[in-house]
Amino acid sequence: MEGAVVLLDFWPSMFGMRTRIALAEKGIKYEYKEEDLRNKSELLLQMNPVHKKIPVLIHNGKPVCESLIQVQYIDEVWNDRAPLLPSDPYKRAIARFWADFIDKKIYDQGSKVWKTKGEEQETAKKEFIESLKLLEGELGDKAYFGGENLGFVDVALVPFYSWFYAYEKCGNFSIEAECPKLIAWAMRCMQKESVAKSLPDREKIYEFILHMKKIFGIE
Amino acid sequence: MENEEVILLDLWASPFGMRAKIALALKGINYEHRDEDLSNKSDLLLKTNPVHKKIPVLIHNGKPICESLIIVEYIDEIWPHKFPLLPLDPYQRASARFWADFVDKKIYGARNRKIRTAKGEEQEAAKEELIENLKLLEGELGNKAYFGGEHLGYVDVVLVPIYSWFYTNEKFGNFSFETECPKLIAWAKRCFEQESVCKSLPDQDKIYQHALQLMKRSGYE
Repeated sequence: MEGAVVLLDFWPSMFGMRTRIALAEKGIKYEYKEEDLRNKSELLLQMNPVHKKIPVLIHNGKPVCESLIQVQYIDEVWNDRAPLLPSDPYKRAIARFWADFIDKKIYDQGSKVWKTKGEEQETAKKEFIESLKLLEGELGDKAYFGGENLGFVDVALVPFYSWFYAYEKCGNFSIEAECPKLIAWAMRCMQKESVAKSLPDREKIYEFILHMKKIFGIE
Repeated sequence: MENEEVILLDLWASPFGMRAKIALALKGINYEHRDEDLSNKSDLLLKTNPVHKKIPVLIHNGKPICESLIIVEYIDEIWPHKFPLLPLDPYQRASARFWADFVDKKIYGARNRKIRTAKGEEQEAAKEELIENLKLLEGELGNKAYFGGEHLGYVDVVLVPIYSWFYTNEKFGNFSFETECPKLIAWAKRCFEQESVCKSLPDQDKIYQHALQLMKRSGYE
């Protein structure tokens, strides 16, 4: 179980944040290595030759790639504390379904909100809110998607909360007005040290997006 | 596990549905197979997969499971004793999930449709990309009989449905998979020797006819 844990990451990455949260929930000590994505390290290229992307979790010298796979790996190796996936196979399938939904919809739709303008942006905003509302429906009256404690879906989704402020500024809308339950859930998650310590400051994310817009030549 | 009710909402040509069929067959599970008409989706499909409205959907004792990779993992967890698909070791599981995810992103991805729908440079680029990615899989297979080692495993189940689409892609793209990826073709044929696989995969020619029809309907030449 023990052994060196290294995380190759990039501070604004929601995907990296997932792994940070999972490691923190389990109380695992690890070395955090910030990657410059315009100048990827030898280690990154060696550990993730197929996709060359972060995050990469390196445990005892062996790489695990893809954030949701990393979270499941962490849950399975350190299975004596803070379980993230439920033990019931059907509930596990449901948790995986919503994590997959988040991967398929939230990232791309959110990206369109800050990368586009005009009609395209309006459509993106609408679709983004629709997806968040579906997630609110799944949350229901529970404190967390995982029930009484943080679970797989909470870990998969909450990193996007650090980007909400930037989306709102770029899209000129309020996510809280549309999805108050989800914002309440996010703030509940932020009360947890594992989450609060893993998410960057929302102003910093907004600054980062403004910088990206300049580079991409988006107004 | 007596009195199990298992239903699979499917489409005969769907490689995603084939994954579920193979997993159920390997585990020897009796189930009811229902083919959907995607131009006229059944109430049951819309009710059990309201979010994506897609097949396959596995309904186990009335409870729906959606997304083929999730379905295969579920089948493996519910019926763990016969023909285990995922390894026990967490690192090997992570590796199996990685390659299944790679197959979904790079082999079954939307870009590969360009082999059939695009022409000229665009089609060539799509072909090259697919072959490059299949070669990466060949590298992962190495000298093993199957991705799962000595027996079929998770990645084998996830990948092998493309075998029924090889002929179609070769005809449209005017190339030969066997020339480019002989190891993978050998692997696919080895999988085909398993009854659970060959019974779950439709005839390659039927798929070709189906693809021609789809192209016509979509207005492609």
